[in-house]
Amino acid sequence: MKRLGRQIRRAGGRASLNKVGMGLRWAALVACVFLFADAPSAMGQAAAPQTEGIKIDGHYGPYLPTDASKDGYRADQLIDVVHWFMIALFVGWGIFFTYCLVKFRARPGHRANPEHIKAKPSKYLEIGVAIFEAVLLLGWSIPIWASVKNDVPPPNDPHAVRIRVVAEQFAWNFHYPGPDGKFGKTAVERINTATNPLGIDRNDPDGKDDIVSGELRLPVNKTIVCEILSKDVIHSFFLPVMRVKQDAIPGMRIPVWFTPVKTGTYEVACAQLCGNNHYSMKAIMYIQNQTDYDAWILEKCKPPEEFDG
Amino acid sequence: MSTAVLPYTVEPHPVTGVYSGKLGIWLFLASEVMLFGGLFSAYVFLRVGAEAAGSPAAWPTHEETHLSWVIGGINTLVLIVSSVTMVMAWASLKMNDFAKGKMYLWLTAALATTFLVVKLAFEYWPKFQHGLVPAKNNFFGIYFTLTGLHGLHVFGGIVVILYFILPGSKLWHRDKEYYANRIECTGLYWHFVDLVWIFLFPVLYLL
Amino acid sequence: MSGHDHGSGRGGHHDHEHDLHHELGFWRKYVFSIDHKVIGIQYAVSALVFLFFGFCLMMIMRWQLAYPGQPVPIIGRFLSDAVAIDGVLRPEFYNALGAMHGTIMVFLGVVPLLVGGFGNYVMPLQIGAPDMAFPKLNMLSYWSFFVGCVVMVAGFFVPGGAANSGWTSYAPLSVIATTGQTMWLLGMVFLITSSLLGSVNFIVTIIQLRVKGLTMFRLPFFVWAQFVTSFLLLLAFPPLEAAAVLQLMDRLAGTSFFMPSGLVVSGVPQDFVGGGNPLLWQHLFWFLAHPEVYVLILPAMGIVAEIITNNTRRPLWGYTTMVYSLVFLGFMSFIVWAHHMFITGMGTQISAFFATTTMIISIPSVIILTCLIITLYNGYIRFNVPMLFALAFLPMFAIGGLTGLPLGLPASDIHLHDTYYVIGHFHYVVAPGTIFAIFAGIYYWYPKVTGRMMNPALGKIHFVLSFIFINTVFMPMFFQGLAGESRRLYDPTVYEHGVQMIGMRKMSSWGAWMLGLSQLPFILNFFMSIWAGKRVTNDNPWEATTIEWLAPSPPPHGNFAKVPTAHRGPYEYSVPGVKTDYFPQFAGAEA
Repeated sequence: MKRLGRQIRRAGGRASLNKVGMGLRWAALVACVFLFADAPSAMGQAAAPQTEGIKIDGHYGPYLPTDASKDGYRADQLIDVVHWFMIALFVGWGIFFTYCLVKFRARPGHRANPEHIKAKPSKYLEIGVAIFEAVLLLGWSIPIWASVKNDVPPPNDPHAVRIRVVAEQFAWNFHYPGPDGKFGKTAVERINTATNPLGIDRNDPDGKDDIVSGELRLPVNKTIVCEILSKDVIHSFFLPVMRVKQDAIPGMRIPVWFTPVKTGTYEVACAQLCGNNHYSMKAIMYIQNQTDYDAWILEKCKPPEEFDG
Repeated sequence: MSTAVLPYTVEPHPVTGVYSGKLGIWLFLASEVMLFGGLFSAYVFLRVGAEAAGSPAAWPTHEETHLSWVIGGINTLVLIVSSVTMVMAWASLKMNDFAKGKMYLWLTAALATTFLVVKLAFEYWPKFQHGLVPAKNNFFGIYFTLTGLHGLHVFGGIVVILYFILPGSKLWHRDKEYYANRIECTGLYWHFVDLVWIFLFPVLYLL
Repeated sequence: MSGHDHGSGRGGHHDHEHDLHHELGFWRKYVFSIDHKVIGIQYAVSALVFLFFGFCLMMIMRWQLAYPGQPVPIIGRFLSDAVAIDGVLRPEFYNALGAMHGTIMVFLGVVPLLVGGFGNYVMPLQIGAPDMAFPKLNMLSYWSFFVGCVVMVAGFFVPGGAANSGWTSYAPLSVIATTGQTMWLLGMVFLITSSLLGSVNFIVTIIQLRVKGLTMFRLPFFVWAQFVTSFLLLLAFPPLEAAAVLQLMDRLAGTSFFMPSGLVVSGVPQDFVGGGNPLLWQHLFWFLAHPEVYVLILPAMGIVAEIITNNTRRPLWGYTTMVYSLVFLGFMSFIVWAHHMFITGMGTQISAFFATTTMIISIPSVIILTCLIITLYNGYIRFNVPMLFALAFLPMFAIGGLTGLPLGLPASDIHLHDTYYVIGHFHYVVAPGTIFAIFAGIYYWYPKVTGRMMNPALGKIHFVLSFIFINTVFMPMFFQGLAGESRRLYDPTVYEHGVQMIGMRKMSSWGAWMLGLSQLPFILNFFMSIWAGKRVTNDNPWEATTIEWLAPSPPPHGNFAKVPTAHRGPYEYSVPGVKTDYFPQFAGAEA
């Protein structure tokens, strides 16, 4: 209902107030036409494809969102444990604090007692806190991080799906290697915002079947490796339901991996301020079954007729 | 007399053993170490991460930097001698010889000016003429930034020294010890500026 | 007596302009003054104006967050086309508001108030000094700050508007940004210079100008806090100054310090030779900016410690431990910076190092907090207005500090980095943390500065309303962050989680506007009390033990009629055998 209301509002129920929203949708629509057709682009800046009205799966807030990944539970567990620890400390301190405020408040007949307090419990508390933090580090954070960084499937793993995620102002480009499994060469000189945003060399045999999509389509139950790149400024590739976040730093190519275990439609967000339309830099992620995914790849990998260079 | 007079402006503090100005200048120099240290760290970061040879952004070879270690060496000597003259100035003042002190201060300023002239006329200007500007690549970027900031510090030092030779010299007649202390602090600053150059020269010209 | 008094060994030659103060005209006395008290007031008033201004910027932003796409009421029609279309904020203006809110609150508001304001005014009084060690440098420091403020605010009036790449100014975005970013960088250079000059002054003053009997471990905790803070400012700011110069070079001279090769912006290949690295900016920036956040909290802890011990009539519990914790905290703050950079592609060893140092740095914070709470035990707790704010600081700082834990652990930071959780975390520390400490300090030292008390009834109203509404603003943010809502989003409803969190955002926004209104009793009180506040009957209305309460209210030029001596520690409250429940540091041997 909320989304419907939002759509009505944005569709012009209060037209004079929504010029910005309408302008953006118009721009996104135009960009879509140019991206998927072959007319030359009048606009240099990329805009995210039309994503209004698409139903997103999963529940969101007030606590952690749906976990659609195989390994996301580890980070969730750590977040849970840390929050219980935080609550325990806060409640403990809070009780002592409130007790002091009440028992030792200024009132007739009461005086401060200057006797030195030994407060052994606080020393033990301190040591306990330090030990627990060490446990958090050694038992959870460091092993999880090591896995996140080191358990990337090796390049020759046939079961992993490899994709390059190229961020730019203000859209996500998902570069698939196509059925041959090899990425075509790219060059800055070949970049054409409308027809060839990543500058792929279509004459390169490896590049003939590459796919560049504004949507992220992935097969369920397969490990996905995304190499995160950027064309212009720092962006950040954020998949809330996969517990994945990685900054896209120009000049660097950084891998992330995850294994989706639930089919559905989810969101890709940009999590680092990248300019004026940072907020609208959204893409849709479709987790599909293997058959649908394979069909999509085969359909998309046919190169368009007019491709420069 | 009121308590409005600040203690330890000249006589040393019984515990620290220094007058306040000296402690102040040492602290300031600590912050300057962090400033130039930040730039030196940037140099390391940029050089380690530089692209491979062949790219226009690659780190230039010695020949491509067009830096003459002879000119750099001469400038190094000039600064070292100026540090010596600075100490001589302070020593003369402590021995109550204002004329000699002033002479050594003039010498220091002259040597410092020589440094700047050599740098600007024989290093910067020819480079600019050949298109070797900061934007050329990151070596030149960091070279001009490091030497430029250093040069600004040299210039600042010259301004302070000239101030003490000319309008500030009135202070000598009011309070000899106070004046000598200020020259000592200027000297400490000056030695630091010299020291930065002693790091800059090998890093930029020789490595 | 050692040579720190005016007579011995130096005679009249070493006097400075201080003794000529009665000849000073209006400008030298009130504007270009070298008296630490005047400079302190200048800093404090300027900073309070900027705190208010920065808060207003945020109140405008919060409209867009709660009611996206709708024109801002009241002021919407006054916004020019460059910043809003028919009263609806443009995204670039929203981003500028965000970047400038952060910059102004930190560098033009909190730090100048805590260090330039409270530090300048109170610290020399607490050590019995007639002024700072370098009064002219002090004045230069203020005016450098002033120029920096002008340059920063001028950014709003240049084409393209003010800086809008976040207060963190990450490259390459900041390098290709509009002119406002150059103003930001130039402004920062002046502000940093001001801080550097100030920090030299503070350290030398504390070391050299303490009166006889005032050993380092008899210093009020506030002075220790200022001392450590000054070292942080002295040593951490220069790398940011270096970085600002490098970014200026990238923007103005076309260098590529932070620009890698092959950048293509909006389809246009950029004209940089390349070879640089955006992470270099992040390292240099955070090397300062992490110690900077300790600059924001340490003086606040100092203020809170003074007020708590005064209003429990007991000595500070664990004074020595607290001092060692403070020094350790200062040292550790230099080696945790990359915990802001976990998501940049950091490997296992480096992230383990910074996660460990971050966990370690939580220990001294916990120690200081615990010591302050234990001080309450067996006390006689007076609930006056400064004490209300100082007490509220404790649980608020606890929430802020505790929520740093999931952020400091890389594995949990993956989900929470750059979300509203971070905003909630740091605001809890700075807003109901530091700013409450600032309010406490203002109510506490107001009688010393003006000779009058602020109205306690208005103060209590200010406290209750502020406490309720500040929690209303920031508590929802943790839930927004956990749900996945990112920072710096002009319109979060683009995302499903943003749609679900609209209720939370509305709560924060209304909380912010009510919080703004809640400051009216304070502003009224602050100005009214200058002329109509109840006059103090003696110089020590709070019956405190530290040396600033010996001076007249307000202190004259030179501060003390006779140079004081410290006879004992700073918090001798409820001493057995002493008639009153406080035994000031400056009082003679008689009980």
